Amino acid sequence: MHYRIEVNGRQHEIEAEPDMPLLWVLRDLLDLKGTKYGCGVSLCGACTVHLNGAATRSCITPLSSVGSASVTTIEGIGATVVGRKVQDAWLDVDVVQCGYCQAGQIMSAAALLAKTAHPADADIDRAMAGNLCRCATYVRIRKAIKQAAGVGADKAGVAP
Amino acid sequence: MKRRTFLQAGAAVGGGLLLDFYWAAAPADAATESKAVVLNAYVRLSPDGLVTIVSPNPEVGQGIKTMLPMLIAEELDVDWKDVRIEQALSDPAVYGRQFAGGSVATPLHWDPLRRVGAAGRQMLIAAAAQTWDVAPSDCDASSGVVHHRPSARHLTYGALAARAATLPAPDLKTVVLKNPKDFKIIGTSKRGIDSPLVVTGKPLFGIDITVPGMLYAVFEKCPVFGGKALSANLDAVKALPGVRDAFIVAGGTVFDGLTSGVAILGTTWWAAQKARQSLEVVWDEGPTAWQSTTGFARRALELSQRPPTLKVRSEGDVDAALTASAKVVEAAYSYPFIAHAPLEPQNCTAHFKDGKVEIWAPTQNPDPGRKIVAKTLGLTDADITIHMIRCGGGFGRRLMNDYMVEAAWISKQAGVAVKLLWSREDDMRHDFYRPAGFHFFKAGLDAAGKVQAFRDHFVSFGADGKFANAAVLTPSEFPARFVANLDFAASLMPCGVPTGPLRAPNSNALGFVFQSFIDELSVAAGRDPVQFRLDLLGERRVYENPAGPNGPTPPFDSGRMRDVLALVAEKSGWEKRASLPAGSGMGVAFYYSHFGYFAEVAQVTVSAGNLKIDKVWVAGDIGSQIINPTGAENQVQGAALDGIGEALGQVITIEGGRTVQGNFNDFPLLRIHQAPPVEVHFLVSDHPPTGVGEPALPPVVPALCNAIFAATGKRIRSLPIDPKALA
Repeated sequence: MHYRIEVNGRQHEIEAEPDMPLLWVLRDLLDLKGTKYGCGVSLCGACTVHLNGAATRSCITPLSSVGSASVTTIEGIGATVVGRKVQDAWLDVDVVQCGYCQAGQIMSAAALLAKTAHPADADIDRAMAGNLCRCATYVRIRKAIKQAAGVGADKAGVAP
Repeated sequence: MKRRTFLQAGAAVGGGLLLDFYWAAAPADAATESKAVVLNAYVRLSPDGLVTIVSPNPEVGQGIKTMLPMLIAEELDVDWKDVRIEQALSDPAVYGRQFAGGSVATPLHWDPLRRVGAAGRQMLIAAAAQTWDVAPSDCDASSGVVHHRPSARHLTYGALAARAATLPAPDLKTVVLKNPKDFKIIGTSKRGIDSPLVVTGKPLFGIDITVPGMLYAVFEKCPVFGGKALSANLDAVKALPGVRDAFIVAGGTVFDGLTSGVAILGTTWWAAQKARQSLEVVWDEGPTAWQSTTGFARRALELSQRPPTLKVRSEGDVDAALTASAKVVEAAYSYPFIAHAPLEPQNCTAHFKDGKVEIWAPTQNPDPGRKIVAKTLGLTDADITIHMIRCGGGFGRRLMNDYMVEAAWISKQAGVAVKLLWSREDDMRHDFYRPAGFHFFKAGLDAAGKVQAFRDHFVSFGADGKFANAAVLTPSEFPARFVANLDFAASLMPCGVPTGPLRAPNSNALGFVFQSFIDELSVAAGRDPVQFRLDLLGERRVYENPAGPNGPTPPFDSGRMRDVLALVAEKSGWEKRASLPAGSGMGVAFYYSHFGYFAEVAQVTVSAGNLKIDKVWVAGDIGSQIINPTGAENQVQGAALDGIGEALGQVITIEGGRTVQGNFNDFPLLRIHQAPPVEVHFLVSDHPPTGVGEPALPPVVPALCNAIFAATGKRIRSLPIDPKALA
């Protein structure tokens, strides 16, 4: 089947089966490797992208369901003000250990902050509970989200 | 071990300075030679002032790619902003042992890699002195520039590199290292060197590798460990859309080698993976298909009632001391098999061509993988190139290289480059699990509450009088040497389930059982759990350790443990815990592993059967220097939360010789809303720096369980914590 999808502001022509998950379209057909496979069944959040700004698990999103939605991936999120702030906070707080989940974490965090500019801890819990970090960098993920949002007094960053 | 040291220097490609450093055992002794520890580090200086440092060890999230070059950069005396870091190839002849395990990168590299940097600085000073025809002693160097004090002349390292590369290398033993008070890089927080690439989604991981013309592979292994594929509907599978090839791999039964299964190759991973839905395989399930978790537990109970068959340590007269005790405490503890579940499933890309194979592997331990590939494919080591690719988590799983030999074999068989990627279910069902274990404790207290006798009958896995991998109890396990009458002994069950090291191997389970049972003793003695532990540790003393099943072990310093215990009590407000509201409690535990001394306090609140972990405090002593404070704190917080995740819900169940769980629905990892704040304190002590990837994990599990007891009066003797037991 032939599909036309928009990813990070660019149109792509794709020949693929309708049930091929968006995750594998991005990774193996469009060579956008930033979005990660962790579970394949929407349990870990490593594959999180935005569809029209909403955090979406691409591993269970069939290509046929994407339609004209605007897809944003970790490769494109830095073009948004919120996305850039989240990436900067992630670096400043030095969140990353292995880093494998962090694309998904950043996409979920950016979707949260786009809707809720000043999230409370409970908002962070709700928005981020679907994103597993096997290295358990959760203390710093929470701190980085607050820093990106400019909430909380904790501003001590890490030298580059 | 007697060693001699070498420093070789020569011109590298591009006219830079190449600094090869390695240690080798004295060749006169063949036995020693075979255990030689060979280390290497590169420094490349470019004329524009950039310094490229090659990091020799695999990066699995422990931050080593950033930390090891910090040691060289400090003594070389360059600015961190000018440093670029390259990941080494796997090349033991040049780089020595390259692995990520045991938290040993820091103790193994702390001194040698600083000497590499210092030697480079000395050569650059010598080159400048030659250029100016002055005495080297009138020159010094800092921030990538050599200065001649009397004339106020200066030259950059970049300008001096070509000449320096022609000079004889100094003896590494005699190079002068900085006084730690002059450190400018060591001891300052440096962000992970690849983090800017991580947060922007650049391809970095094994799963991201692309080789021109490659196909994507899946590999269906027998669900029963050690089983073999007899036949499969290969023709039907090959006819499916996007499938290019399918074949049976006739593997063996060595778990970290090539095992039997069916490979399917597709034009996308999705096509190959989807084809598995149509795959029908006839398996020979092998000799261990009868094994099960319930069977192991039943057998462990039977064995606990018989005399143990393997003596681990025996001192004094435990039976007599128990008889003479005022109080005897008895308890049975157990813990399950658990999986590593790194978030990046096992994968490897391989290209077999013209009798050679090039491999891109996210591995913690490349060289043993090379040996397996060589043996299985009939190649020599020299035929195999291994690129060490950043790992999406390791935790010990990637010390094994089964995925590497599978990818190499499938590429050879298919005649094309392949990227093999396991599904999450493959990863969870074909792990080298943290083995389950069963401990049957008995201890006696005198009228004053002092421990008189201590016995552990450990029912574990193994055969022929040897523990299975990572199913070990050593003779130095605390409280050995701190109780006069003590018996450690074991009974072993045969096990068809692959086992292996999981972050803080052995300790991640032993910490739970010993520090929980010791907590029971403190309660029986009517003593404060911190004070009871301090009394048990006794006076400050260094206890030399006898060699264990895994070779020599370092001494244990009871004073260092006393200090971290006192520190964590102070920081957590332990003395004021009586003022906590009803339903809340604090628990404490300490543990020594991987040369690190850690004591931890957990505070929990249990209400209506719901457990909330309020906070964890950690005090650790890993020596005189925290090399990269941000990285060290991150590791400790992660380790503590990792242990909490294990305790809260993780269990691998064996039924019919196979793993029941398959994904994160039935093998839950910790999630953000369950993660408490973790406050970390390091106690700087006058000892060589050691690693911190592992030792913070073991104490958190018993601290948590002891806190649950303090809050509820309910003792957790089996993991994972059963929520019903809290109601």
